[in-house]
Amino acid sequence: MSFQPIKFYQTGTFTVGNRLLAPEERSVQASAKRFNSINSGHRACQGCGEALGARYAIDAAMEATQGRLIAANATGCLEVFSTPYPETSWQIPWIHSLFGNTAAVASGIAAAQKVKMKKGERRNIRVVAQGGDGGTTDIGFGCLSGMFERNDDVLYICYDNGGYMNTGVQRSSATPPAARTSTTPAAGAEPGNVFGQGKYLPAIALAHEIPYVATATVADLRDLEAKVRRAMEIRGARYIHILVPCPLGWGTAASDTVRMARLAKETGVFPVFEAEYGEIKSVLAIRHRLPVEDYLKPQKRYAHLFGKTPRIDVIARLQALADRNIRKYGLLGKEAN
Amino acid sequence: MDKPFAITLDPGSSLANKTGSWRTFKPVYLDRLPPCNATCPAGENIQGWLFHAESGDYEAAWRSLTENNPLPAIMGRVCYHPCEGACNRQHVDTAVGINSIERFLGDEAIRRGWAFPKPAVKTGKRVLVVGAGPSGLSAAYHLARLGHAVEVQEAGPYAGGMMRFGIPKYRLPREVIEAEVGRILDLGVVLRLNCKVSSIEQAMKEGQFDAAFLAVGAHIGKRAYIPAGTAAKMVDAVSVLRSMEGEEPPMLGRRVVVYGGGNTAIDVARTVKRMGAEPVIVYRRTRDKAPAHDFEIEEALQEGVMVKWLSTIKQAEEGEITIEKMALDEKGFPQPTGEFETLAADSVVLALGQDVDLGLLDGVPGLEVKDGTVQVGPNMMTGHPGIFAGGDMVPSERTVTVAVGHGKKAARHIDAWLRGTAYVPPPKPEIAGIEKLNTWYYSEAPHVVRPTLDILRRQSSFEEVVQGLDETNALFEARRCLSCGNCFECDNCYGVCPDNAVIKLGPGKRFEFNYDYCKGCGICATECPCGAIKMVAEGN
Ligand SMILES: Cc1cc2nc3c(=O)[nH]c(=O)nc-3n(C[C@H](O)[C@H](O)[C@H](O)COP(=O)(O)OP(=O)(O)OC[C@H]3O[C@@H](n4cnc5c(N)ncnc54)[C@H](O)[C@@H]3O)c2cc1C
Ligand SMILES: Cc1ncc(C[n+]2csc(CCOP(=O)(O)OP(=O)(O)O)c2C)c(N)n1
Ligand code: SF4
Ligand code: SF4
Ligand SMILES: [Mg+2]
Repeated sequence: MSFQPIKFYQTGTFTVGNRLLAPEERSVQASAKRFNSINSGHRACQGCGEALGARYAIDAAMEATQGRLIAANATGCLEVFSTPYPETSWQIPWIHSLFGNTAAVASGIAAAQKVKMKKGERRNIRVVAQGGDGGTTDIGFGCLSGMFERNDDVLYICYDNGGYMNTGVQRSSATPPAARTSTTPAAGAEPGNVFGQGKYLPAIALAHEIPYVATATVADLRDLEAKVRRAMEIRGARYIHILVPCPLGWGTAASDTVRMARLAKETGVFPVFEAEYGEIKSVLAIRHRLPVEDYLKPQKRYAHLFGKTPRIDVIARLQALADRNIRKYGLLGKEAN
Repeated sequence: MDKPFAITLDPGSSLANKTGSWRTFKPVYLDRLPPCNATCPAGENIQGWLFHAESGDYEAAWRSLTENNPLPAIMGRVCYHPCEGACNRQHVDTAVGINSIERFLGDEAIRRGWAFPKPAVKTGKRVLVVGAGPSGLSAAYHLARLGHAVEVQEAGPYAGGMMRFGIPKYRLPREVIEAEVGRILDLGVVLRLNCKVSSIEQAMKEGQFDAAFLAVGAHIGKRAYIPAGTAAKMVDAVSVLRSMEGEEPPMLGRRVVVYGGGNTAIDVARTVKRMGAEPVIVYRRTRDKAPAHDFEIEEALQEGVMVKWLSTIKQAEEGEITIEKMALDEKGFPQPTGEFETLAADSVVLALGQDVDLGLLDGVPGLEVKDGTVQVGPNMMTGHPGIFAGGDMVPSERTVTVAVGHGKKAARHIDAWLRGTAYVPPPKPEIAGIEKLNTWYYSEAPHVVRPTLDILRRQSSFEEVVQGLDETNALFEARRCLSCGNCFECDNCYGVCPDNAVIKLGPGKRFEFNYDYCKGCGICATECPCGAIKMVAEGN
């Protein structure tokens, strides 16, 4: 009979906390004293994945820097719902940039910190830039690529909800194929967003060969926190791309936000990995592989695929994309490879 | 106030914005009833005691367990564990080995000498318990803890009832019974052995008892009409098993035919096998229709017990019997085929079930007896006020666990009856079925199997067959529990709320919702692994 004699903790590290683990082995979010960088009272929709992802990420960064952190924030839901002047939910030094220049603003803050450090005016203060997928992959792309290329000491976090959600769910270059948005209606022979267009920014970041690139989801908190912690150990340009389901834009139940992120990962639709200097170092393996339908069906933005005559051809193409991710990133874990 | 350039308003916190007003549904914490608890005939709070065992606090686990059942070391050996059949973990991989952990706790308690707390108050009431089987012992334990003076009168020379005179040693070592009975007696319960009650009314009058609990079991072996020669040797299974307890060992010869397909038949066959005989079980139906549990049949077969399925005994003579082959009809009933066979047999042991000896109830007014058992109400009271009954002598499934459950239930009602009130059981919460759980969060973990004694020793000695778990295994197995329906402080709700609307109250104190800000998204309820959160509609 084979069994683990020790180190079995009922839920292991899958749950946020775990009373059987030593306190230092628990997540930042499990702590009653976590920063709550983005506090209650924000105006995000019920079940917003972006509000959740931002607290997970920024709390972890605050923990890693012992509270010495400044954030620049692109226009988008995260900025709009958190900071309707003069109120704010942020409990950290935080600046709203323009929609497209948050990477540049963060580069500037980082440069200023360097000067102040040299002059001995400041202690070591770290910089985070954050924005939505539209602000990152489209309008902010030039500034971001420059920040990467110069290797500025900034962690850039993209909260990917697959569209311009704040302005009414328009397509971005991160909108997945076949998804319906207000600018890619579910009409015609190829309904929803087209196949073969768009950008996969984590791969582009990788191509810049910056010190650190990672993807994460709000369904794997421990993984997300570990990545932020690792990123804060490194100097230079760093990029974390977090999948944050959007109940409004995806047409999912508010209660299903974490579940949707989990399904994206378990189906292979969203690969979760970590890379240093352009080389992939680790992937978060799929625990229970599922077909893409399980991920697509609960989302109204894919409802046109499951009408009277289901679009099995389109579903098959999406499955093929997921299969390619699984192959390419080795998402089935060691044994399966 | 001087404000910086372009600033006209004072900075404010979003805490001013009470987003709780958006809510149409609100999350509430609740404790649902785990399916294991719901199924346990002794009413154990299994999830509750596993919670303590998971953190390695075995004493707290044992104390929680024994709130409901004073015999964990016994239960951990002989209970047929219906809880495991209901356990939600079977939908993940395999059920939690509840029974093996229970035994570990029971053995640990014996090893460490843990004792029950002495009753705090004395009520001055006297209760007579007739029969020191599991039902009587359980009632005595609960009555004593409720502060009553309890006397147990037992006909036999030892306490334990069928656990002592039926269940063989290789399944239940006698020291285990002694230890667990001793602990009950330490509460001040008086046990009078070799004290058969022949009239309950007289016994109550003589001892000035205020109430009585009868638990005399079912000990009279049922007979079947089998034409037999004068020299044929026929005995009943219960007396064979009873004679193993110190009396003359039964003279059964080498070839022993056991007639019946229940647990008693199996126990008798395995017992005579250990005494060097060659037992053959004769049963009229098939293995899957036999009332014995499949694992028991399996263990018997492993030890070399032979079985003739689909056979009845037609005739018994000295040295041989005639059996008739049966065939199942379309309704699954065995029908004679007219095909006969002879079988060498030095003796035939009848294991056809037991009847209750109701002699002590002769002349008691108000009693109702049906099909040889005493009828009781939902409060376990017979038709005669103040006389309660439970275990094998009342209509029910005949197991140690049911008997223990009856004893507890009767004790509560006797207590209320003595106080002139009625015991109202607390309402049962809704069941935490697998559909209420989010099992994604539980780590993969294979079930730990209990080791068994090697086959040679099983065929020749009365050493215990199934062995216990060690501490590491028991802890591992306990941690396989999903904590169905009851918060185990995993912090998920606290973590996954996008609105920081869950307040963490600290170890052991669980959580609270901050309804000022909870928008009612329901992520907490979806992501609670164990189903301890429910969404309810807001009024208006
Ligand atoms: C061979 C065998 C194996 C079994 N194996 C299992 C098993 O593995 N698991 C399981 O759950 N169940 C098993 N059972 C069933 C289980 O033993 C009984 O259901 C259970 O013991 C019933 O408990 P009880 O307290 O009602 O009666 P009993 O255990 O029968 O106890 C009744 C007691 O009352 C005493 N008594 C009787 N009349 C009087 C009187 N007039 N005055 C004073 N004392 C009296 C008897 O001597 C006896 O000690 C088995 C039964 C048998 C026969
Ligand atoms: C230069 C400029 N163009 C357009 C806008 C309008 N605008 C505000 S937020 C937004 C969409 C943001 O989308 P994304 O970055 O994906 O963030 P999300 O709201 O989805 O989180 C747009 C188009 C703007 N503020 N500035
Ligand atoms: S997992 Fe635990 S609480 Fe749930 S049914 Fe099994 S033993 Fe009971
Ligand atoms: S999510 Fe975890 S901590 Fe919250 S109620 Fe459920 S079990 Fe308890
Ligand atoms: Mg977006």
